[in-house]
Amino acid sequence: MNAPVAPLFSPARQREVVAALKVVVPPHCVLFDEEDTRPYECDGLAAYRQLPMVVVLPENEQQIIAILTACHALQVQIVPRGAGTGLSGGAMPIADGVVVSTAKLNRIVSVDKFSRTAVVQPGVRNLAISDAAAPHGLYYAPDPSSQIACSIGGNVAENSGGVHCLKYGLTVHNVLRVRMVTIEGDVVELGGAALDAPGLDLLAVFIGSEGMLGVVTEVTVKLIPKPQQARVIMASFDDVVKGGNAVANVIAAGIIPAGLEMMDKTSSRMVEPFVKAGYDVDAEAILLCESDGTVEEVEEEIGRMRAVLNASGATAIAVSESEAERLRFWSGRKNAFPAAGRISPDYYCMDGTIPRKKLAEVLLGIAQMEQKYGLRCANVFHAGDGNLHPLILFDANRADEFHRAELFGAEILELCVAVGGTITGEHGVGIEKINSMCVQFSEQEREAFFKVKRAFDSAFLLNPDKAIPSLHRCAEYGKMHVQRGQIKFPDLPRF
Amino acid sequence: MEQQLQEFRERIRAATASQGGLQIRGSGTKHWYGQTPQGELLDTRGYAGIVDYEPTELVITARCGTLLADIDAALAANNQMLAFEPPRFGGQATVGGMVAAGLSGPGRQFCGALRDFVLGADLLDAQGQELHFGGQVMKNVAGYDVSRLLAGSLGTLGLILQVSLKVLPQPFAVSTRVFEVDHANAIRLLNEWGGQPLPLSASTWTAGVLTIRLSGAQAAVDAAEKKLGGAELTNGADFWRDLREQEHAFFTQDGPPLWRLSVPSVAAPLALPGAQLIEWGGAQRWYRGDAEVAAIRAAAQVVGGHASLYRGGDKQVGVFAPLAPAVAKIHRRLKTSFDPSGIFNPGRMYPDL
Repeated sequence: MNAPVAPLFSPARQREVVAALKVVVPPHCVLFDEEDTRPYECDGLAAYRQLPMVVVLPENEQQIIAILTACHALQVQIVPRGAGTGLSGGAMPIADGVVVSTAKLNRIVSVDKFSRTAVVQPGVRNLAISDAAAPHGLYYAPDPSSQIACSIGGNVAENSGGVHCLKYGLTVHNVLRVRMVTIEGDVVELGGAALDAPGLDLLAVFIGSEGMLGVVTEVTVKLIPKPQQARVIMASFDDVVKGGNAVANVIAAGIIPAGLEMMDKTSSRMVEPFVKAGYDVDAEAILLCESDGTVEEVEEEIGRMRAVLNASGATAIAVSESEAERLRFWSGRKNAFPAAGRISPDYYCMDGTIPRKKLAEVLLGIAQMEQKYGLRCANVFHAGDGNLHPLILFDANRADEFHRAELFGAEILELCVAVGGTITGEHGVGIEKINSMCVQFSEQEREAFFKVKRAFDSAFLLNPDKAIPSLHRCAEYGKMHVQRGQIKFPDLPRF
Repeated sequence: MEQQLQEFRERIRAATASQGGLQIRGSGTKHWYGQTPQGELLDTRGYAGIVDYEPTELVITARCGTLLADIDAALAANNQMLAFEPPRFGGQATVGGMVAAGLSGPGRQFCGALRDFVLGADLLDAQGQELHFGGQVMKNVAGYDVSRLLAGSLGTLGLILQVSLKVLPQPFAVSTRVFEVDHANAIRLLNEWGGQPLPLSASTWTAGVLTIRLSGAQAAVDAAEKKLGGAELTNGADFWRDLREQEHAFFTQDGPPLWRLSVPSVAAPLALPGAQLIEWGGAQRWYRGDAEVAAIRAAAQVVGGHASLYRGGDKQVGVFAPLAPAVAKIHRRLKTSFDPSGIFNPGRMYPDL
């Protein structure tokens, strides 16, 4: 799928669509020359690329309504795009389609200290919301690792999480209201200024819908008081199973840590030379366990956590004594992805979620797959909520390695489903994991998803062919694919 | 259980064939909620039982007919709880009814609503097919979040068979404090406190008395008590249970119909004649009085909220606030595609759904 594809649209069609869009938005907002559209050919999942026919960058809601109405009339498919940091190819363009970028709607409309809410346009960056709220002692809780660049519109599309979501929730728990435009040009308010809205909870179904139900024009988010203090414990274990049990013991002790992360030895050895976080590179697992709140509260909770980790067989324990030290302990975990990029030309990040008690089984399975596919894998784990990020290391320039990495990834996801988990915890399905949806959901369940889609987008023009696979696609996948990644004729080139 | 499931399937298929409505009901503890139930009774209580409960995974999975009393007993044995504090209505309320009604109690503002704790659900659809959405894990973005859509759907999209819910540990320390303040000052204080790092877990005001609950680490509760002052309420647990069960005197007295107004927490006192009780840090206002329906709806709408006729009164006026046309369009399309024959709780939410 890396191979350059010839344009799949006729120049006449492109002229027609461009002309229609230039009626409704200023000409400088419509891009159609290859040199201008090239930057939009992929999102954060760069292995999947497609040059779009047209890119349009509206400046306000009126223009979005007009663009969607025009595209609806011309039956052009649309791919909405936020900051383009997504990791599942959800914003990968369609060859004869239009990319609608919300980047220019980047205004913070209001921040209200008293009601602890902020109203923002979709292109506002996640971290910019917290920056704007900081003078009031407030912040926006979901903190995906891309928060410096990703936009709130994209967060709504993906239901983004972050390292603190066990305690503070995902996007769906922190958004009060979404204003969006349907493909038919209707402006729809979901949720509201109150905590609930009459009727069905359409806001819950819209969040995480991967740009397939509407284009977001405004979002009201909840802001929460910034904790006075945060401290983190770094604990080493000589066995991954002991580390996993320690996590269960912390939860069983009635503690909900602000963050609870685990790294395997491959990961800590990968990051330590890079960031010098002070990780114990001989440990089989490193656990980071954070407490936040008032100074007294943190003191009490850290004491409780330390006791549980000791009783769980930690071989070493360190507690951050300053904010600088806390950030240093976290730096290794936060730099796992760039560190992978440093030791390997390419890496492929998976995103399955599993019941925590299955961790040892899944890690063992992944170790066996490393042998099978001849590729290394480093595992970082949002241990508190069971979200596993195996980083498969490969070199795209070596024949077949990307292909093997893809098969390796798909087999990990199957294992996640087999132990009672899911194929994606926070990155979304997009185009990347669309085949794995055939493994997780039955034909009837996928049809139910299409019912939801048609209720919002009866014309099937908004980001079609993402996230929910068609019957046809699953049939093709089923033919090619036999359980546990054993495909027929494995030597036959397929891409 | 397979036999019970088979019976559900047959009832659904028969209803589809005859175009007759089914009134899905657990113990019937909330039969008064929503528009008047119509159709043949389908009793879910035979499909009961906790399917899976792993305290260390913070998840419980139970069949629709399971009594909340049984859920509470299992959770309490492990020092855990349903943090959104749904009303139990004497313990007889069932899991299916709880999710369908979508009601949350005193813990809602600070811990989240019922829908925030739904991780997965199984549904019997209009063809009698069993569909699984979400799962038993905290983070899951595979497919649209249909399980959360079922929360508060009043059973209009299908028969909710089984639900997985996130549970939380019980707090280490709890304290209840009371303050004598007027209506406007109660709203001001609640919003000011909400912006500070305080372990507030519930709040209510009525008739000049503001009551708050502090929950968390002992040190945090002690520090907050010192900072906020007020007087201690010794039987706090009973007070919050009565409020949750709507057995507080405000709810049990005879009188005009009870309305629920969901508004921004900062909304000024609603100028309606009669009695009011505030919950959720100011975001939920209960009203008992004889104001005109239009005036009640307008009082909520003008501040960006909505009003529901919660209990009593004339349901002809519409229990729930009317939907905006674009939202109503999506509702109708969802209903017709999930339930083309209109068999599931017809008219329970809106007459045309």
